[in-house]
Amino acid sequence: MTKHRVSATVNGDAVEFLCETQQTLLDVLRDELKFTGTKEGCGTGDCGACSVTVDGRLMCSCLMLGVEAEGKSIQTIEGMASGDSLHPLQQKFLEHAALQCGICTPGMLIAARSLLERKPDPTEEEVRYWLAGNLCRCTGYHKIVEAVLDAAREMRGA
Amino acid sequence: MSEMRFEAPKTLQAAVALLAAANGRARILAGGTDLVIQMRSGRVEPELLVDIKGIPEMNAIALDNGAYRFGAAVGCMDLIEHAGLAKAWPGVIDGVKLIGSIQVKARASVGGNLCNASPAADSVPALIAAAAVASIIGPKGRREVPVENIPTGPGKTSLAPGEIVVSILLPRRPPHSGDAYVRFTPRTEMDIAVVGAGVNLTLDGGGTCVQARVCLGAVAERALLVPECAAALVGTKVDAAALERLAAAASAACRPIDDKRGTREFRIKVAGVMVRRAAELALQRARGN
Repeated sequence: MTKHRVSATVNGDAVEFLCETQQTLLDVLRDELKFTGTKEGCGTGDCGACSVTVDGRLMCSCLMLGVEAEGKSIQTIEGMASGDSLHPLQQKFLEHAALQCGICTPGMLIAARSLLERKPDPTEEEVRYWLAGNLCRCTGYHKIVEAVLDAAREMRGA
Repeated sequence: MSEMRFEAPKTLQAAVALLAAANGRARILAGGTDLVIQMRSGRVEPELLVDIKGIPEMNAIALDNGAYRFGAAVGCMDLIEHAGLAKAWPGVIDGVKLIGSIQVKARASVGGNLCNASPAADSVPALIAAAAVASIIGPKGRREVPVENIPTGPGKTSLAPGEIVVSILLPRRPPHSGDAYVRFTPRTEMDIAVVGAGVNLTLDGGGTCVQARVCLGAVAERALLVPECAAALVGTKVDAAALERLAAAASAACRPIDDKRGTREFRIKVAGVMVRRAAELALQRARGN
């Protein structure tokens, strides 16, 4: 079977991979490129566990084909911390215990960062609506929302 | 499993030729939020995917003499964030905003929402109320079709084999016009409409409704344009009596399914409530411009 040769960047680094038409970006990230921080939840775009950004847009990597990534700039959870220093969102998730099993956490963090890039000072309601596409079966969401609001405060220097 | 080919043509002509040559075994890929799931579940097994996002006309938003034309593949988030279009057609944007999560809206397109032909599609009643016209290209050339004539039933459209919805035109609006779309769902986000209602109306300088279009979603096999609802509004000040007649006309037009998301009786009743709320919001917006 002929595979597609695709060039893209992941977290700023150039990558090249081969994929079949039906492989999703999530399949490619996890199985071909070994970026296993991005999780598969539902595989149908309902849970947000596989959230990444593509050219700055937050999306579910299970809903995009790998072959569509040609020339795109992809950001995953692996690019969130700078070396050993956690991103403020990651730090606040720890401080607020905003995770239990952790499967939804990479997607939550990517989605929350995408919100704060657009809206550095969101209301609680805005956080809840923005994260509506990210399901968590452990925390009941409250600690996640608190962590995002606290990270926003810190990032604004408030 | 046979090999699935992938093509990303740069022109409409090339896309039409690819679809024609595939003889019904191809699928058009825009955002993929329906198609990729259908492929993975085995519901569809195309031999060829034609990704149309690289065709400039299908990805553009343009204002021409007061009318907005947007490509059928434009992502929902791009429409929502287009300040001019959102101001001109807030009701269309009400519908687009309700399509799935932020993640889904980054990929999903209004053209896809239309062609997937779910009776509960959130952008469709607002487009029909707006008198939107789809521009379609196919092996026999180009044609312009009112959006209400495209979906014919669940998953079914009037498109001929090999035809592509290229763009959607929202006509120039007279002054004092407003539109709105509201829906009923048990949850506020990430849900499928049990009933949806789109209302688009125009007032004269004295506040009398001179033009109206009303469309209901999820209460029949396809979105229903209901002239009886429009007739209840035209010539009135959209007062309590008119809203009462509007609600009754909406309930009378429903022929819904009965399922776990809403019984037949509930949908018929709630259609009246939703259409009244949509009309009140459209009225408020019309008065504001």
